[in-house]
Amino acid sequence: MADNFPELIDTRGLRFAIDDGFSWVVANYGDVFERLLMPLLKLLSGMETFLQWLPWYVTIAAIAALTYSASRSLKATAGAAVMLVFIGALGLWNDAMATIALMLAATVVAVVVGIPLGIAMARSDWLRSMALPLLDIMQTLPIFVYLIPFVMLFGPGKIPAILATVFFAIPPVIRLTDLGIRQVDGEVVEAITAFGATPRQKLFKVQIPLALPTIMAGINQTTMMALSMVVIASMIGAGGLGYQVLQGIQRLEVSRGLIAGIAIVFLAVIFDRIAQSYGRRAQKHLASGE
Amino acid sequence: MTASDVKIQIEKVYKIFGDRPDDAIAELRAGAQKTEVLQKTGCVVGLKDIDFSIRNGETFVIMGLSGSGKSTLIRHFNRLIEPTAGRILVGGRNIMEMNAKELLAFRRNGISMVFQRFGLLPHQTVLENTICGPILQGVNRREAVALGMEQLELVGLKGFENRFPRQLSGGMQQRVGLARALATKADVLLMDEAFSALDPLIKSDMQEQLKDIQARLKKTIIFITHDLDEALHLGDRIAILKDGELRQVGTGEEILFRPADDYVERFVRKVDLSRAMYAHEAFTKVPVLTSAEATPERSAALLREHPGVVVTNGVAPRLLARGATGEAIAVASVDAGAAIGQCFPLLAAQDAILVTEGGAATGMLTREMAFKALARSARPV
Repeated sequence: MADNFPELIDTRGLRFAIDDGFSWVVANYGDVFERLLMPLLKLLSGMETFLQWLPWYVTIAAIAALTYSASRSLKATAGAAVMLVFIGALGLWNDAMATIALMLAATVVAVVVGIPLGIAMARSDWLRSMALPLLDIMQTLPIFVYLIPFVMLFGPGKIPAILATVFFAIPPVIRLTDLGIRQVDGEVVEAITAFGATPRQKLFKVQIPLALPTIMAGINQTTMMALSMVVIASMIGAGGLGYQVLQGIQRLEVSRGLIAGIAIVFLAVIFDRIAQSYGRRAQKHLASGE
Repeated sequence: MTASDVKIQIEKVYKIFGDRPDDAIAELRAGAQKTEVLQKTGCVVGLKDIDFSIRNGETFVIMGLSGSGKSTLIRHFNRLIEPTAGRILVGGRNIMEMNAKELLAFRRNGISMVFQRFGLLPHQTVLENTICGPILQGVNRREAVALGMEQLELVGLKGFENRFPRQLSGGMQQRVGLARALATKADVLLMDEAFSALDPLIKSDMQEQLKDIQARLKKTIIFITHDLDEALHLGDRIAILKDGELRQVGTGEEILFRPADDYVERFVRKVDLSRAMYAHEAFTKVPVLTSAEATPERSAALLREHPGVVVTNGVAPRLLARGATGEAIAVASVDAGAAIGQCFPLLAAQDAILVTEGGAATGMLTREMAFKALARSARPV
């Protein structure tokens, strides 16, 4: 193929350097990384085992209770229960539990890491100007591109699957934590400063509580993005519903893909409802008098 | 004013916004105008060479239009904004030399603040908001609650302690702001356009309430406003700020009747003098006799030298005015602190009225005296 653009530099050298460098990291530090991330694997496997061990009616009751406590709507609660029964009836219960475990584990990690990052960004304009382009890249870089290093480092399996999911899902919670804290009424923060609050007291007494609705919106988006990663993550070893879809593609079984796909949609609906209702209730509680 | 009277002293304070504050100050000291400074250094002058002091227990009003730097200035007293140059002494301590820990202690115990848009925590109840100062001071919760309830009662919000700020009207929210500021027991109270966001009627209620509270607590209050009537009503002394420069510091009377420059003069031109001038500036003291002493001869003799004589008979004092025939007559009376405008309706009904000081009649006010007093201070058109 004739190349339209003149070859200015030989990129092969650069590519080899990157590849060799990364291989060197894998060869020398692969074990270290894997050991470091063992707790993550334990978290995920533990959750998966627990959810699959729990009798199905207990799980349904728990999720229904969660939906009700968030939304106070019987319709939404009944809807969630019916959808879960449907998933079970289709024979996808264990796969669904594996998917929920992956999604929850990834969300927990994303929230635990993302909220402090967002707070740090809200406090430092310099950090924000560094982090924003990085987050843009994370959100636009095709997801398959960062599957490669994860798979090389850890081999196919649950660790790269959860790491890739966390990477994909973390930007909204960071962004919205930063945004939420920056949007807190400056006069309220000034007032508490004038009464002698330390920066830490300011953060926990004012900024985080007032930013909570926005942070909740970020957590909601992160949850949804984590769920949307399950199909892709299944290609590198995450089981669950995504794996069923993948098998449907590989075996050209329309039914298998469709049924697993619908189950994923149901899970998305249930968790979206829960997270959104929590966000709305937080908003209502905090609505200011102006 | 002796040194011990001074609560707050501001010495040669400059505030420059921009990257080259030192150059900007050098330019200003060399006599450059603000626009030149902006052109040469790219810096905006917030405050220029501010120098004044505030007495213990006085209500000091800083007034200016938007952009005059008044909100910037008030934030210097608790270092929410740091000055670029200059010294600020509160109770003899240079607050610029305080380290982070001392500053926190100073903000907790020494100074409190009321904000224009209230600055209440929307997720906490009225009581929680009120005790936020004492809690930060480390007072235990039970004492803080008792203190908070006391302050809420003082501002007339008893029974609302478990509401959330959004459930209250603007005036009530600002009462919470005031209760919160009082609850710290700090001697200095900063009020940044505290009543500007309120309806006119609520605003005058709040002004009266503040005067009441101040009469009892004798805090040092620094009050920011853009409303001259409010400044005259509340302020023991008033500072006029324009474009970051202090134009005049003085009592309301000085500002009104002896404006330092054209700007202040234009500022005060629209004030209704009859409301800004008081009976004690217009009335004349006259001899006071008991009814037994007030023989016709003696009265006639006194009336040759005085415009009138007050005759007291133990119950209501009466007035015998020069030129009037016969007996002393009962007339209306006003306190010497009343505005002249308030005397107009009485003077419309009677030629002369009595003026009392501390409850006792000491003099009289006629239409002519009131008119002359107003004429004296009227500025040429």
